[in-house]
Amino acid sequence: MSQFIYLTFDGLSRGAVYAAFALALVLIWRAARIVNFAQGAMAVAAVYAGYSVTSATGSYWLGFITALVAGLILGVVVERVVMRFVDHSSPLNGVVVALGLVLVIQGVLGIIYGNEFQPVETPFSRDAFEIQGIAVLSRYDLFVFAAVGAVVVLLTLLFTRTAVGLRMRAAAFAPDVSRLLGVSVGGMLTLGWALAAAVGSLAGMLVVPTELGLHPTAMDVVFISAFTAAVVGGLDSPIGAVTGGLVVGLLLSYVSGYVEPTVAPMAVLLLLVVVLLGKPGGLFSSSKARVA
Amino acid sequence: MTDMKQKTAAQDVPTTSAPQRTSRRRLAPILVVLAGAGLILILSYTLPPFRNYQLATVGAYLCVTAGLTLLTGLNGQLSLGHGALMATGAYTFALTQNKWLNLPLSFVLAIAVTTVAGAVIGLAAARLRGPYLAGLTLAVAIVVPSVTSTFDETFNSDQGLSVVLDPPPGTIPMERWQAWLCWAGALVTVLVLAMLVRGRFGRDLRAVRDDETAAKLAGINVARTQVLAFVVSAVCAGLSGALFALLAQSVSPGAFPLTLSLFLVMAIVIGGLGSLFGALWGAVLLVALPAFAQSIAEQAGSHRLEGNLALVVFGVVLIVVMLAAPGGLASIRFNFIRRFRR
Amino acid sequence: MKRIATTFVAAVVLLAAGCSSDGDSSGGSGGADVPGVTDTEVKIGTHHPLTGPAAAGYASISPATKAYFDFVNANGGVHGRKITYTVKDDAYNPATTQQVVRELVLQDKVFAIINGLGTPTHTGVLDFLKTNRVPDLFVASGSRSWNQPDKYPGTFGFNPDYTVEGKILGTYVKENLAGKKVCFLGQDDDFGRDSLVGLEQVVGTVTAKGSYVTSNPNVGPQMGEFKAAGCEVVVLATIPGFTALSIGTAAKIAYKPQFVVSNVGADPTTVSKALGAGAPLMEGLVAANYLPLSTDEANPWVQLFKKVNTEYNGGAEFDNNVIYGMSVAYLFVQSLQAAGKDLTRDGIIAAVKKNNFQGPGLVPLRFSDSDHSGYGGTQLTKIEKGTAVYLGSPYTTDDKAAPVAPHQPQAVTPPSNGVPAA
Repeated sequence: MSQFIYLTFDGLSRGAVYAAFALALVLIWRAARIVNFAQGAMAVAAVYAGYSVTSATGSYWLGFITALVAGLILGVVVERVVMRFVDHSSPLNGVVVALGLVLVIQGVLGIIYGNEFQPVETPFSRDAFEIQGIAVLSRYDLFVFAAVGAVVVLLTLLFTRTAVGLRMRAAAFAPDVSRLLGVSVGGMLTLGWALAAAVGSLAGMLVVPTELGLHPTAMDVVFISAFTAAVVGGLDSPIGAVTGGLVVGLLLSYVSGYVEPTVAPMAVLLLLVVVLLGKPGGLFSSSKARVA
Repeated sequence: MTDMKQKTAAQDVPTTSAPQRTSRRRLAPILVVLAGAGLILILSYTLPPFRNYQLATVGAYLCVTAGLTLLTGLNGQLSLGHGALMATGAYTFALTQNKWLNLPLSFVLAIAVTTVAGAVIGLAAARLRGPYLAGLTLAVAIVVPSVTSTFDETFNSDQGLSVVLDPPPGTIPMERWQAWLCWAGALVTVLVLAMLVRGRFGRDLRAVRDDETAAKLAGINVARTQVLAFVVSAVCAGLSGALFALLAQSVSPGAFPLTLSLFLVMAIVIGGLGSLFGALWGAVLLVALPAFAQSIAEQAGSHRLEGNLALVVFGVVLIVVMLAAPGGLASIRFNFIRRFRR
Repeated sequence: MKRIATTFVAAVVLLAAGCSSDGDSSGGSGGADVPGVTDTEVKIGTHHPLTGPAAAGYASISPATKAYFDFVNANGGVHGRKITYTVKDDAYNPATTQQVVRELVLQDKVFAIINGLGTPTHTGVLDFLKTNRVPDLFVASGSRSWNQPDKYPGTFGFNPDYTVEGKILGTYVKENLAGKKVCFLGQDDDFGRDSLVGLEQVVGTVTAKGSYVTSNPNVGPQMGEFKAAGCEVVVLATIPGFTALSIGTAAKIAYKPQFVVSNVGADPTTVSKALGAGAPLMEGLVAANYLPLSTDEANPWVQLFKKVNTEYNGGAEFDNNVIYGMSVAYLFVQSLQAAGKDLTRDGIIAAVKKNNFQGPGLVPLRFSDSDHSGYGGTQLTKIEKGTAVYLGSPYTTDDKAAPVAPHQPQAVTPPSNGVPAA
């Protein structure tokens, strides 16, 4: 029982991060109908920026803000300088350009910072509280939950309660009509990329301290888990991304704890097969599968 | 000199094959393949051993890129899991070879097992579209190390298996022998695919890709076509995997990472999606581009930069090609010539 | 038809152009026509991960090796020959290792492969190197695969193998932590498996054992299990990142066992850097080492390597990786000296087998006709006040049933000019 409780909380705290990162993927998907394979590398770049500021100033929060701002800027730059000029008549062109970006970003980071793992600070203690001898959650885990929760709430408000959110959705679903109605489709696209990249950086800031440390490839594995999470939940659904993230986090934790860590990827594959054969557009898809 | 030949030949192209369809009917695939075989034979005798090995690697890659371009380019199904299918072929080849030491049998079994794996994935894939298909196949790609560690008594975990090979017949050097085998596989693959694509199957593939509803109305069994496309490309991947096992004389999960699957997709897109020439270009790039990036980086000096600079060069080339030639390398010449004629 | 021909020709041109970095294979113009050897030069190469996750912790080895060769070259080389050391990046991908090693051997025509790094990567090129009769010296890994003199006559190890190390770590546990429950966490390959074999040979079956794969950076479940099992000693066969992750994760759940760590994952500089603010958690950690510690300022070898590091390695951070890289280079220069003026591939293999090597190692090398494994033991160390200190005397043993015996080291000092003599 104690093992179960421990694994549950371990899985939830990792799942929360996958959820945040999956949200970033969902954002771009909704804005541009692209799965951004460069999301992980962009997030790492932003975390490095934050890391530099934290090392220079000694303040975690300055670095934290820097990382989010760097994410925003990187999102704008990637969209304005590269993605805008991609011929999207084949959806794969965007994928290949994104893969190219991953190589460029990882290479540049390696040149600047080297290929060593850099330790990253946490703003709160990672020592877990114990309840009857069972380690449950740490202050840092609570911070992660709070941060991811805040992102979910803010994004929901943005999309449902604000004019900008409405325009973004309109621009993504019916660009031509939106343009006729006076919506700046290009501007909305840039905004979508910027927001997504910022959310991705936040996920990066949250997850990197709990793993091996900061490294140009630090987000590769997280990207895979988060992509899985987004697919399980349905790429159109922010709620789906959060649910998917938590489900994947819990699954990885239970399988690693009760079976073997090496079996975990097979369990993830099984989860995908089961979910997608039942609902080809993910758990939270509308009834009809969308053809990309 | 080769440059000259290239130019004159290129200028002839519009007169002989300006509308693609006529050229498709006129070019008998068998002639192309025979010419290719002749060229490979000559090259395998003139190139130094390491270039022969690279030539062989291109051949092994061509098997899988040709199959993948049929699946993705002609049928519109994206697979990020072909690296895992290659691993299936490679491991089957290794296990058979180590047990019975019979080259033809090993190839047959490698292809057979991969066919089954491809059919299973294909059945699931036929229900899925776009990113959901990408997600499922990506999960297939990352399952390789997990399988080899879980069943480590058979697959020997991360360390993998070595592959026993008979020495090449006669006094043929190893690298030349490898080039022959790989290109034999590649040319047969290309020949079979070219004939398939030209027939009814090819029309069905394209019809399903362009409009599923219309295809259904025209009496095409959409799901069956999609599964078949997956199986055909899996066969190619299995053969390619077996050839890689033969090239490396070893198999291990580290040789079939997710990056391999992603690079395969990249290769067919950069080469030119849906065309067998594009697949050839892609296979060449998979071998030449990393080496090219590495040599540029080596000239730059500084140790810390070496590997990283190569990554940057590689990435920049990808982005630039994709922005400059959205149709891939196979399309460049046509655009260029069209502009030239105007 | 012409279109195909064009594509083919273009493809071939690209293939040729893309890869030929330097002019065509200009073989050695030396007398005996040994590949990679001329009267003024000996060309050698290696494969190391310089990029990707595995580069962390290893990328600093090959520059150190190169730096020592540069130092030797500046002092006139060996038998009048300068050593040219080519390092190829394989990103720890066995398929890339295949490519780069073939390029080194077939294209660059190197004399030998030195210190190729990694078990899965190097395993794949053993047959190729054997077929081409290329000496494959001082492989950077503790797998037992390198010690197969009958099957791979040209391959020699460097690191003590993981079973030897496991036995010695087990001996420490048995003698100093008797009666405590022991758990084991290992990497899911030869490294973890061989270590566990050695450990259990000495301490008996462990209470609980876990494994990890590098693609899943979370050891929470494993540490939770060890804690629940009441283990007071945790033996780690982990790479540095996972050593830090294990220690950090344990601390997170208020679990403070005695950690005993394999040499591969115990470099204090690397691990404490990875732990960051958590570095004090390393206090009391027991590890093993077979080369001098970089912090052992009194050791003349450390002084020599430090000097070379400053002058030829741009003053790179001086950690145990630098010591490792230079020790490998020193051993190769010794081998070259011992092989004599008329350098041949068979000659250097014979010289290595003779094993007349006195060097920086804390324990002897085991090379002989029938043994191709590297160092035959290791020295225990403990982290005290943030730095590693030696613990007792070194031990030697083998990967089979031989007992773990203390070894009385005799102090060896480096030659005054820092270059081994013939």
